[in-house]
This record gives sequence, structure tokens and C-alpha cells, in this order.
Amino acid sequence: MILNARLRSRGCALLLALTAICALLLPLGGARAQDISAPLAQLATDNYNDTEAALGALALSGSPAAAGIVAALADGKLVFSTSPRQVFLKTDAGLVDPVTQQAVASPPPVKPVRVNNRIRRAVEAAMGALSLVSPDPAKRLDAAVAVARSRDEAALPALEAALAKETDARVKSALTLARASIVMGKAGISDAERIAAIQTVGAEGNQDALAILRSVPADASPAVKEAAAGAIAGIERNLAMWGIAQNVWYGLSLGSVLLLAAIGLAITFGVMGVINMAHGEMVMLGAYTTFVVQEVIRTSWPGLFDASLLIAIPLAFLFTGLIGVLIERTVIRFLYGRALETLLATWGISLILQQAIRTIFGPTNREVGAPSWMSGSFDIGLMSITYGRLWIIIFATLVFAALLAVLRLTRIGLEMRAVTQNRRMAASMGIRTNWVDAMTFGLGSGIAGIAGVALSQIDNVSPNLGQSYIIDSFLVVVFGGVGNLWGTLVGAMSLGVANKLLEPYAGAVLGKIALLVIVILFIQKRPRGLFALKGRAIEA
Amino acid sequence: MLNLFSHAGRVAGRAVVGAAALALAGAAVPAQAQETIKVGVLHSLSGTMAISETTLKDTVLFMIDQQNAAGGVLGKKLTPVVVDPASNWPLFAEKARELLAKEKVAVVFGCWTSVSRKSVLPVFKELNGLLFYPVQYEGEESERNVFYTGAAPNQQAIPAVDYLMANEGVKRWVLAGTDYVYPRTTNKILEAYLKAKGVPAEDIMINYTPFGHSDWQTIVADIKKFGSAGKKTAVVSTINGDANVPFYKELGNQGIKATDIPVVAFSVGEEELAGIDTKPLVGHLAAWNYFQSVDVPENAEFIKKWRAFIKNDKRVTNDPMEATVIGFNMWVEAVEKAGTTDPDAVIDALIGVSVPNLSGGYSTMMPNHHITKPVLIGEIKDDGQFDIVEQTPGLIVAQEWSPYLEGSKDLIADWRSPLKCGNFNVKTGKCGGAGN
Repeated sequence: MILNARLRSRGCALLLALTAICALLLPLGGARAQDISAPLAQLATDNYNDTEAALGALALSGSPAAAGIVAALADGKLVFSTSPRQVFLKTDAGLVDPVTQQAVASPPPVKPVRVNNRIRRAVEAAMGALSLVSPDPAKRLDAAVAVARSRDEAALPALEAALAKETDARVKSALTLARASIVMGKAGISDAERIAAIQTVGAEGNQDALAILRSVPADASPAVKEAAAGAIAGIERNLAMWGIAQNVWYGLSLGSVLLLAAIGLAITFGVMGVINMAHGEMVMLGAYTTFVVQEVIRTSWPGLFDASLLIAIPLAFLFTGLIGVLIERTVIRFLYGRALETLLATWGISLILQQAIRTIFGPTNREVGAPSWMSGSFDIGLMSITYGRLWIIIFATLVFAALLAVLRLTRIGLEMRAVTQNRRMAASMGIRTNWVDAMTFGLGSGIAGIAGVALSQIDNVSPNLGQSYIIDSFLVVVFGGVGNLWGTLVGAMSLGVANKLLEPYAGAVLGKIALLVIVILFIQKRPRGLFALKGRAIEA
Repeated sequence: MLNLFSHAGRVAGRAVVGAAALALAGAAVPAQAQETIKVGVLHSLSGTMAISETTLKDTVLFMIDQQNAAGGVLGKKLTPVVVDPASNWPLFAEKARELLAKEKVAVVFGCWTSVSRKSVLPVFKELNGLLFYPVQYEGEESERNVFYTGAAPNQQAIPAVDYLMANEGVKRWVLAGTDYVYPRTTNKILEAYLKAKGVPAEDIMINYTPFGHSDWQTIVADIKKFGSAGKKTAVVSTINGDANVPFYKELGNQGIKATDIPVVAFSVGEEELAGIDTKPLVGHLAAWNYFQSVDVPENAEFIKKWRAFIKNDKRVTNDPMEATVIGFNMWVEAVEKAGTTDPDAVIDALIGVSVPNLSGGYSTMMPNHHITKPVLIGEIKDDGQFDIVEQTPGLIVAQEWSPYLEGSKDLIADWRSPLKCGNFNVKTGKCGGAGN
């Protein structure tokens, strides 16, 4: 059950929820529709205080049009004209009168009635109370959450009435919690009832419950306070345990990002031994490929947007792979075995690529949208897991497995390993080592491009994107052990988890420093990293 | 004409080029000899800061274009001299020297980060140059050769905090920033201010992250936790540049809405929002002295001309652009007033100069070399623009030395005649009394 109850400024929400319920109940009692011209006039003044007052008056009015007007306000569909001062509803068919729903013959120029956070909260509370008896259980659930958020004593009768009729288990538990959170703070409630409410809230066991429990009134009896303190301690223990799980999850997610960024480098640096400073720019090119794909889809086939990333993956691989081959053929092949020159040359290439992208796409960030299946989050216990991060972990694993399969199971993979282990022997066996070099570098670059597709979802798509990953990538490859893909996997994951476990204690800056120190000490002890290659091959 | 002849003379060996230059001069020839005034532009066009600074370079070029169309300054045309310090702080100093010593520019518009400003300062002092600095910064500085047209902390941060206290009832504060001088100083000022307002220490959480921080999961979760202690919580963000996008994305992912925990940012404007889907951010706030959505004719006119100049009818405008425009207009007016571009005369003439800003009022250069500004608070809308929810009734005078910091509360800056000091200590009555 999701309940993001927070303490609100109570005044307006209280009035609104009360009046909204009245608005709902009055027509049932046979009250006639009221004149709502006064609040409508207030809405047209475009002043937040007036809008808030108008919301209250509207709900009180009992007018059947009230709910529609409040909903329109929330959606930005309530508009007003300045001369004459009048509000309208904006519909697909044009402007309509908010009361009669008649189309306006000659629409004046209009602006939407402005909404700020305060109005948004008031609308939320009002809408919540309005839909407590909605036939749709999802709406009732939202309503229960909204009422619990407003923690509004005036809503209690309506809440209890709704609770008596409720059949859906989830909605019922939400309503019970909403009721308990209101009862806890209410004056003139017996201790027994209050303690029962505390237990209901305490059983929820999450952070929101903690917030509610902490707001037990100061004048409550010792027994109530004791019950609250006990419930709080229980929740805190629970939260601390889940907190560790959550941090490990964050660590795995950071690790998967590191893995994605580093895995291409594990090929170009780890396998081929090229200090490739342009690796980050390959990631950046992959991200820009995603941007271009999304732009084309937006303008030509908007229906395909959710598949944009899937389309971008092969394209990014091919494009950056091609660039990689080009770089290898034109620059790097002349520099094998000369580490320093390679470093400088690839650094130069990285600057050229950055500035080229800056010239073509401009220096500002480009917007890469998230497809719907990557947005939002879900809860496991008290851990919240965002879909975007989950997909990136899955994606990183898939890329890793695919790369491993290519190196282990395909002919080109075999040739790559042969060439990197002993170039002359491989050449004597009839392997075109030049061609294999180009393909290997292309593969590493292509993988970096694929990483760019994933990273476009969590980072800025700007010409500087690659810069922020290059150091981390080298760190991962060196720590994991040069020339070993498993080392890269373990290295990325352990650095990610260690970073996230350190962060809550040391802070982001110190955490990062501490991690660097640990890695340096580790490299002193084991210069070849976690998974050192054995044998003569690496000495060559 | 003089200038063009000397140019043609230099390339005389290359006849074709010389002839072309002469032909050009002939085509554009006005009746009288024409001199030009050189204007230096010192903004990074490559490297990390290009993302923000390129726009300001274009803004200066736009203003020069406008000014030339209106007849130039002192009857002379302005010519821009654009250099690229490439987001490299020592290079800023070299390029500044090149502009002042070699190109002999009359004025320089430039710098974005405080460290770049600090790096060019000695050059401007030594060569007696004139620098207009257009970005909001941490204050604690006032130099004779520099004019600060961006906001000092009291023209941005403190009004934003006041707004949150009064309108959102915020009781608990997260001060989140990138780990460098601007956020650290601003947060120090804000912490002192909040404590002076009676906020207990346990209700203030301060958090710093490295430049370009992209993994915000833990910190956003911490903020969520800090915000669930039963008091209304807000985040005051001095997070810089590229780190903002992942931060806002993570807020959206973890379901923190502006109605729950509003974030007020001092480094997020229209340009930064152009790179994100703003729907999950609706209602989060920013404090600036200008928004593109300011609804006055001056601003509409400016946006129209700017878009025509840049040939892009979607291009946004932002606060540092307005500060550049104000600085440019102030310089033009001061040069006209002094009748010369000589730095000493212009520096004296600048104080008291008043030009229209783009939010419908006037901004004035004060004796502390900072300008008066209105403060606007805006809520992010779903189209990447800001809905202005509050505007200070009057103009705010910059406090370059913050009264909330131990080291600077006794200092004032006044570059007018008897005092002529950027850090005068009112306690000891001495100039240069920084810190005590």
C-alpha cells in the first residue's frame, strides 16, 4: 500500500475537503443547484488567494458543475478572459460555459487560470474527498491517499461512511490507515482509540507511518506516547534493515552503469592494450544516436516512441562501431606498442569528436525521452525500485553475456583472442591480424555506443557526456584486472556497491575519495587487479 | 577607414586579399573616416562550460549588432573580438591578457564560473581593463575593474527562502549543492540566515556532491527520509550545471512531487530545462532576476529581436542573458556620458548609470559595482518555462559582503571618490580589512 502521507498546511485542505464532501452530499439530500457566479468571478481575477477562496466556495455551492470546474483547474483547462472577466472551460470543441456547458459563440482571447503548489495541494485534497465514493476502486484508492495526506478531521464522517461500504481489500486498508492517521491527531479521542490508531499506523511500518506517528500531540497521555514511541522504534529497526538492502540495490544499479561504461573499454584497453581516451566519446556518440532516432520517430512515426531505444541499440552499435574502425584504420594502427603516443592521439580524437558534436548539435543538452516502460517505480517491501534502473541492470547483464558469447563462441572471437595472445603466431596461422585489430576496436567502440543508449536515460545528453565516464571506466578495468571480462563485471559491481555503502556515512565527495584510496591501495597489493591473467601471453 | 587601411597594408603582399579588403571598404564606405571600438568577448566556446557560455557570446554579438544598427557608440562602430578560453581557468587569464594587451579592447564581457573570474582578476587589475561579469555568484568580492551584473546572494537566495517560509510553510531545509565555492558560500550564508530566523540546527541538512554527479539515488532517498519527519520540507539547490538533469530525473523516478518537497534552484533556468522532459518537475521552483515568461512589452520585443538574430524561433532567453544585456547597455551609456572609452573615465562614469532591465523596470549601477534588481520566483511549467509566482515589490540592492558571515559583516564597498575601496571595514575604519 502506497501512502505518501505528509504533513500539510492544514487550513485550506481542511476547509476544502469538508466543503467538497458537502458538495457531494448536498445534491443527494435534494438541495437545489446554487448560484456559483461569485466564485467564478473570483477565479477570473488570476490571483492565488482568490482562486483558493473560489475553490472553497465552489465546493460549498453544491453545484453539479463544481467537480468539473475543479478538475479543469487541475488540468490547466480552466481559462479566463480579461474583458469581460469571465471563466470558461477549454474543450476539444472550443470554449464552453462552465455552468451551462454551452459553446461560446465568439470566444475572447483567454489565458489559463494559474495554479501554484498551494492551489495544486488544495485541488488534490478536494478531488480526493469528492471521489471517496467513486465507483472506480482505483479512484477510491487515490482518494483515500489524498485524504490521508490532508489529515483532515472534517473528512472523518465521510471516511467512516465510505469505510463501512468498502469491499475492495486494498482500498479498505488505505481507508483504515487514513482514518487512523486522522484519529491520532484528533482532540477529544479516548486513549484506547488513539492507541488502536497508533497500532494500525505502526503496522504499516513505512516512512510515511513514521511521519504520522511522530506527530502525536504533545498533550497526549503517557500511555499513548509510550505506544507511539514503541511503534516508532519498531519501524526504525525495520527501516534500517531495508535501508541496507536499498543501498545494495543502489550499488548494483551504479555498478551496472559502470559496467556498461567500462565493458567496451575492457575490449579496447583490456584486450588490445590501447589506452583509448576517446572511449567516453563513443558512449556520447551512442547517446546522440538515440537522440537522433527519437527525433526522427517524433516527427515521422510518433506511435513507435516506446520502441525508440530498441531501434537505437543496433544503430548506435553500427554507427559507433564504424567510427571505431575508422579511428583504428586511420590513427591507432600506426601506434601499436607506443602507449604514450596512443594516449595523446586518442585524447586528441576525443576533443575533435566533442567539438564536432558541439558544432552540429549545439552546446546545450538534448532531450532524450524515457519510453513509458522505463518510467515510474514499484515497491518491494520498503524498497522502492525504479523501472529505469532495473532495465539498465538487465541490459548491462545482457550486453555482458552477449559479449562473452561473441568472444567465446564465434570465429571472430577466437581470432581476436588468438591475435591478442600472440600476434605473430596468429599471423602465421593465416589470420589477417590487421583486419582482426580493426574488428576488435570496432566491437569495443560499438559496445560503448550501446552503453550510450542506456546512459542517455540517466544522464545529460551533451558533448561532455563521455568525460564523466572515462576515469571511472579505466578505474573499473584496472581494478578488475586487465584483459579479463569477468574482472570487469566483478570490478564494476564491487566498486558500485562499495561506493553506495560508503556514501550514506561519508557523503558523496568523501565517499568517492575513500573509494579511490582503497583502489590505489589494492592495486599496490595486486598490480594486475582482481582477476590477473596468468601465463606468458601478457608479458608480450 | 583607418583601420581597414592598416589591415589592407598588413596583407599587401597578398594582392587578392588586399584588393578584396579594399573593395569591401569601398562598398561600405561612409562619407567620413570611421573608427571602430573593439569589444572583447571572453566566454568558453568549448569544454564543459560551453553549454552555458556560448549563449552569452551570442548575446554580446547580438547587442553589438543592435548597437551598430543604431549608430554605434560615440559615432564609432563596435567590432567584437571573440576568444575561446575553452573552460580552462589558466587559459582565461592568458586570453584576457591577449584581449587587453594585444587587441586593446575597450571592454570585456565574460566569465561564468567564479574561478574563471578570480583567474582573470590580476590581469584586469594590472592592465587596468574593464570586465562585465553577468552571472549570479557568491558575493564576498568588489573590485574596481569589475562590474557585477548578476545577483549577489541577497538578490536571489534569501528572497527564495523567504518565499518558501511564507507561502509553503517550510520548516525543514535541505541545502544541496555542488562542492565548490559558490554553493559553499551561499549555503553558509543561508545557514546563518535560517538560524537567525529560529530554525534549529537539526532541521537543516547540508549535502555536497562532486561536479557532474550523476547517481543521485542515495541522496534523493536521504532527502525523502529527511522530509518525512513530520514538518514541511524544501530543498534549496545550488547544484551546478550538468548534475541537475539526473537530479531532477531521480526526483521524478522516486515520486517526489513539488507538492510534497519543493526544490528551489539557483542555477536552473530556461536553457537548462531545454534538455529535460519537464512534466515531472511541474511546481518545482527557481529564483532569478529575470524569466523569459516576464510579461512586459520590453521583454517581448527583446525575445522577438533575439530570435530573429539567432535565426531560431524556439531559442529561449535566460537570466545571465538579461544581465549581459544590462551590462552592455550600462557600458554604452557610461561611454556616451564620459565621451571616451578610457577605462578610468568609464569606471567613474558607470556608477549611478541606470538602464531599463527586461522585467519592466530600471537597474542602476551602485557604488559597490553591483546593480539593483527585482527578485522573481518562478514555478516550472510543463513547457519548460516558468510561471512567475512572486516578484519583490521593489528593487533589491546587492549586499556584496554578506551581513550573515563573520568575516564580512563589517565590510562595505564604495568606489566613489573619497573612499574608493572595495572592502572598507566600518569597525576599524581601514580599507582592506577583509576578515577582521
